[in-house]
Amino acid sequence: MIAEVGHFALTLALILAFAQSVLPLLGAETRDARMMATAAPLALGQCFAIAAAFACLMYSYVINDTTVMNVVQNSHSAKPLLYKITGTWGNHEGSLVLWVMILALCGAAVSAFGRELPSALKARVLGVLGLISLGFLLFVLKTSNPFDRVWPPPADGQGLNPILQDIGLALHPPLLYVGYVGYAVTFAFAIAALIEGRVDAAWGRWVRPWSLAAWSFLTLGIALGSWWAYYELGWGGYWFWDPVENASLLPWLIGTALLHSAIVVEKREALKTWTILLAIIAFGMSLLGTFLVRSGVLNSVHSFANDPERGMFILGLLMFYLAGAFLLFAWRASAMIPTGIFAPVSREGAIVLNNLLVCSITAVVFVGTLWPLFADSMFGLKVSVGAPFFNAASFPLVVPLLLAMAAGPLMPWKRAALAPLVMKLWWCAVLAFAVFFGALLLSGEKVLPAVGFAFAAWVIGAAIADLADRTALFRTNPANAWARARGLPRAAWGAAIAHAGIGIVAAGISGMGLAQEKLVAMAPGESTMLAGYEWRLEGVRDVEGPNWTARRATISVIRDGQVLHVMEPSRRWFPVARQNTTEVAIRTNLLFDLYAVIGEEDTAAGQAIIRIHFNLLAPWIWLGSAIMALGGGLSLSDRRVRVSAPSRRTAAQGAPA
Amino acid sequence: MNTARKKRRMWVVLLCAIGLGSATALTLTAFQDNIVFFRSPSDIMADRPGPERAFRLGGLVEAGSVERLPAASGQLPTMRFRVTDGVHQVSVNFQGVLPDLFREGQGVVTMGRLTPDGVFRASEVLARHDENYMPPEVADALKRAGQWQPALGPAPAPATWNTMDPARPASQGRTGS
Repeated sequence: MIAEVGHFALTLALILAFAQSVLPLLGAETRDARMMATAAPLALGQCFAIAAAFACLMYSYVINDTTVMNVVQNSHSAKPLLYKITGTWGNHEGSLVLWVMILALCGAAVSAFGRELPSALKARVLGVLGLISLGFLLFVLKTSNPFDRVWPPPADGQGLNPILQDIGLALHPPLLYVGYVGYAVTFAFAIAALIEGRVDAAWGRWVRPWSLAAWSFLTLGIALGSWWAYYELGWGGYWFWDPVENASLLPWLIGTALLHSAIVVEKREALKTWTILLAIIAFGMSLLGTFLVRSGVLNSVHSFANDPERGMFILGLLMFYLAGAFLLFAWRASAMIPTGIFAPVSREGAIVLNNLLVCSITAVVFVGTLWPLFADSMFGLKVSVGAPFFNAASFPLVVPLLLAMAAGPLMPWKRAALAPLVMKLWWCAVLAFAVFFGALLLSGEKVLPAVGFAFAAWVIGAAIADLADRTALFRTNPANAWARARGLPRAAWGAAIAHAGIGIVAAGISGMGLAQEKLVAMAPGESTMLAGYEWRLEGVRDVEGPNWTARRATISVIRDGQVLHVMEPSRRWFPVARQNTTEVAIRTNLLFDLYAVIGEEDTAAGQAIIRIHFNLLAPWIWLGSAIMALGGGLSLSDRRVRVSAPSRRTAAQGAPA
Repeated sequence: MNTARKKRRMWVVLLCAIGLGSATALTLTAFQDNIVFFRSPSDIMADRPGPERAFRLGGLVEAGSVERLPAASGQLPTMRFRVTDGVHQVSVNFQGVLPDLFREGQGVVTMGRLTPDGVFRASEVLARHDENYMPPEVADALKRAGQWQPALGPAPAPATWNTMDPARPASQGRTGS
C-alpha cells in the first residue's frame, strides 16, 4: 500500500512538473500574470509530492518490505537501522529519487526566497527547473521505478553492498547531489536570461549565491568521497583519477570558473555571454557525471552492474537539455552587450586568466576521462588512461593557476599596476622560497613535494596578504585594523579563506607525495619499522558484528620503547553478500596519519599480510576542502547576498561597485 | 572605447590561444607515455608484447588456479593465478594484498608487464565495487574468444572453461558451480 502511495506521489509530481514547465514559461511570454503566478505553488506542490514519495521509499526500507523489488535487491533485515535509512539512496533507483527531490527542493527554495525576483524572470527560472524535473521524473518512472513490486515476496532481501554500509554513504551522495543540482538552478537562470535577452548586475547577484552554494556543497561532497575512499577502500590513496571521480571534478572545475566570472557580471557587467556559457556547461558536466555513473560506459571502481537502456535515456536527456541550451545561446547570445571594459592587468583580467586555466584543466580531464570511450567506439581500441596521464597533463596548468590566484584578489577592478602588487606580495615569494629549501632539506631532496609546499605557502601567504591589505593591518594601528576587519564584507573573508583552503589542500597533496608505505607478512609478536616507528603485530582475533564477522588485528605502534597507539584494522566478512570489506585503522594528529590495513592470512604459516602507511599531512586534504567550503558558506552569508538584490531599474542606472 | 574593446578582445583571444595550445600540447605528450592498452590472453598469444611495455590483462580468474607461493621470512608471499578467456591462459604473479572482491571465477583486470618467461607480473589488481559486475573489457574478451554470448545468459562458470569447445556457444556447455 505504502509503495503504491509512493508511486502515485511520484506520478503526481510528474504531472505537476509538466504543468510547471508549460504554464509559467507561456505566461512569461504572453505577460499573463496569473499564469506566471502558478510557478511558485506548482514548485512547492512538486516538492511535497516527491518528498512524500521519498518518505514512502524510506519507510519500505525501514520496515524491510520484501514485496518491493528495490528493497529486496538492496536491503536485508539484519542490516542496522542507520544503513536501512541511508540504503534508501544507496542504489540506482533510490539515488535518482533523491536527485529529483533535491531538484524540487531547489525549485521550492527559488520560489520561497525569490520574492524580490522580477516576476517574468522568476517564472522562467521555475519553468526551466520544471522542465529538468520533468525529464528526470520520466526517467525514474520509465526505467527505474523504485516502487516495483515482487510477488511472491522472497524471505529476505539480498543485502546492501557492504562497502556502502558506512556513514560516508549517508553524506557523500546527498552533498554531491546538492552540488550537481545547484548547477541546474544556475542553468535555469542562464536559460531564462537568454530567453529575456538580458543579463545585468541584478541577474549576476542572483546567480552568484546559487553557484556559490552549489560549489560549496560539491566541494564537500567530493572531499567526503575522497575521504571515504581513503578509509574504506584501504588503498592508502585519496584520489585515483577514476572516471567517476573525474566526473565529479568536471562540474567542480567549471563551477569554480562560473563562481568567479559571475562576480565580474555582478560588479562590472562584463563577461556576460561567457558566464552564461559556463552556467550551461556546468550543468552539462553535472548531467555527464550522472550519465557516466549511471550508465557504466566507463571502466570505474564505481561501476555497478547496470542497464544500457538507462544510460541511453540519460544521454538523451543530456542531449535534449544541452542542444536546446546551445541553440538558444547561439540565437540570443549576441543580445548580451557588455558595458564594463577593463585593462588586461586588472582583477577582471585575473579572473579571465583563472577561467582560462580552469577551463584548460577541465578540457584535459575531460579528454582523458572520455578518451577510452572514444577510442573504443571509433578505433575499437581498448585503452585506459590512468593517474600518470592526469598528473602529467594537469599539474603544469595548476602551477600558473596557483601563481595567479594569489595576485587576483589584490588587484583593483578595471586597471591595475604591477608595482603595488609586488609590494604586497614580495614577502609571500620569500616565504615560498624558504619553504621550498626547507622542505628540500627535510625531505631528503625530493623536488616535487618541495615545489608543492612552496606553492601552498605562496597561496596561503597571499590570502593573508589580501586580508592584511584590506584591513590596512601594517599601515595603521591595530585598533583601526580591527575595526576595518569587522567592517570587511563577509564575501572578502570568504574569498580569502577559500583561497587559503586551496593552499592547505595543496600542502596536503604535497605531503602525500612524501607518504611512506610498507607491505609485510607478519606473525604475531613480529615487528617492522616504518617512518621511525616500530609496528608490532600483537595478534589476530575473531570479532562478531550485527551482519558480519571479522578478523581483527591488534598492532602496537612503538617509539622509544613506549607504546604510542594500539591500532585495530580488521577485515570483515558479510555472509549475505558473500563479500569482504577492509576496515582501516587510522590514528591521526592532524599532521600525519598512521594507517594500517590487514589483508589475507596464511593460517599454515601463521602469518597475516599487513600494510602500513605513514601519510604526511593527509588530513590537510580534507581539512583544506572543508575550509574552502566554509569560505564559500561565509561568502554566501554576506549581507549583500541576504539583502534583496537591487531592482532592475536602479541596476540599469549605475552598477553598484 | 571601441579601440579599448578591440584591444581587450585581442588579449583575450591571445590568452585563449595560449591556454588551448598548451592544454592540447600537454594532453598529447601525456597521452604518448601514459595510455595503457588492454589485452586478453588470446591477444597475448597472438602478439606477445615486450617486457618494457606495461598493459592491462583481463579475463576470468581460472577456477582452482589461485595459489600462494611460499615466501622467505619477512618477505611478502606472492600470489599466483591464471587469467583465462576460455581459449588461452596467462599465469599472473602478484605480490601484495588482493582486493576484497578478488575471487576465483570472477572477472579481473590486472596491470603490469609480461616477463620474458611468459609470466605476467602484475603491479596492480583492480578491485570492483560490485560482485556482479563484469569489467567491459573482460566481457569483450570473452565474446571475442567465442566463449560467451551475453544474450544467452550470464558468463559461464570458469571451472568448465578449459575443457570447453570454443566452437560451441558457452551457455550451452555451462555447468553450475
